Amino acid sequence: MTATPNSPANGPVAAALLSCALGCFALAVVAVAADGSKRLAAALIFYRPTGPLSGVTTVAVALWLICWAVLARVWSAKSLPLGRVGAAAFALLAASLLLTFPPFGDLLLGR
Amino acid sequence: MEITQRELITILHGTLFGGFFVMATFALLVILLDRNHPEAAPATPSRGQTIYLVAVVIIGWAAVLTGAYIVYPWYRAIAPAGSALAGYPQRLLIASPTTAGWHTLGMEWKEHVAWFAPMAMTMVVAILLRHRAAWNADRQIRRFVLGFAAVAFLAAALAGGWGVLISKAAPVRGGNTIQLLRSTP
Repeated sequence: MTATPNSPANGPVAAALLSCALGCFALAVVAVAADGSKRLAAALIFYRPTGPLSGVTTVAVALWLICWAVLARVWSAKSLPLGRVGAAAFALLAASLLLTFPPFGDLLLGR
Repeated sequence: MEITQRELITILHGTLFGGFFVMATFALLVILLDRNHPEAAPATPSRGQTIYLVAVVIIGWAAVLTGAYIVYPWYRAIAPAGSALAGYPQRLLIASPTTAGWHTLGMEWKEHVAWFAPMAMTMVVAILLRHRAAWNADRQIRRFVLGFAAVAFLAAALAGGWGVLISKAAPVRGGNTIQLLRSTP
């Protein structure tokens, strides 16, 4: 669906919403994965004093910004079913909040 | 009356950046709730509103970046064998089962969830400033933006709350001493 003069394209907004949620989800998944794997945790030490947190957050922020740029370009003139995009974004956000809660991460890692 | 360099930086991180961000995000939530009707919202943001929104984003990123790259390394520093643990907050906390939870639950949650706040707020502000027409035109967009602003507030409040509690149990101290006031006995 394309935008009309009376209804501006919601594609850029959908791109912003979904990419932000994907970035948060990526952060949560990489954090849990690094907690469960010493090799991955070591690989994510981008700045030694901060430890794996430096890599976890840098990777997530980079993924978020790349995803945002790509989706904003692809959806720049489109209007999407925003209800579905929003529902997916909030589901990802809820999962991200849950995954960062340490007892839940430990449960997934079998601790 | 004196303060150490690390205490001062921790105050800047937690109180100036973090505290301001939590309050500013809450204020923005109230504004967004108030402007949930298109007729109540101006078509373009005012200059003052633009400055406020950009400042909120900058302060949010300043909070997580100073936390992760300045304060957190002091918090997680490894104590040399035989040294007192008072200068090594993480080691001090995990040394006792009665305080270990401040690190294993509090800090491990805080250090990750905090990042959701500036990410979500950057996205919210980008929509309010760059896609104002779509925001004005679509009630669903206004509701989603409000939801993300609420998540930013929740994440910042969680991180800030844990930060306050953890620094009560094991404060980050050390570095040069800065004399604020010379007191007479």
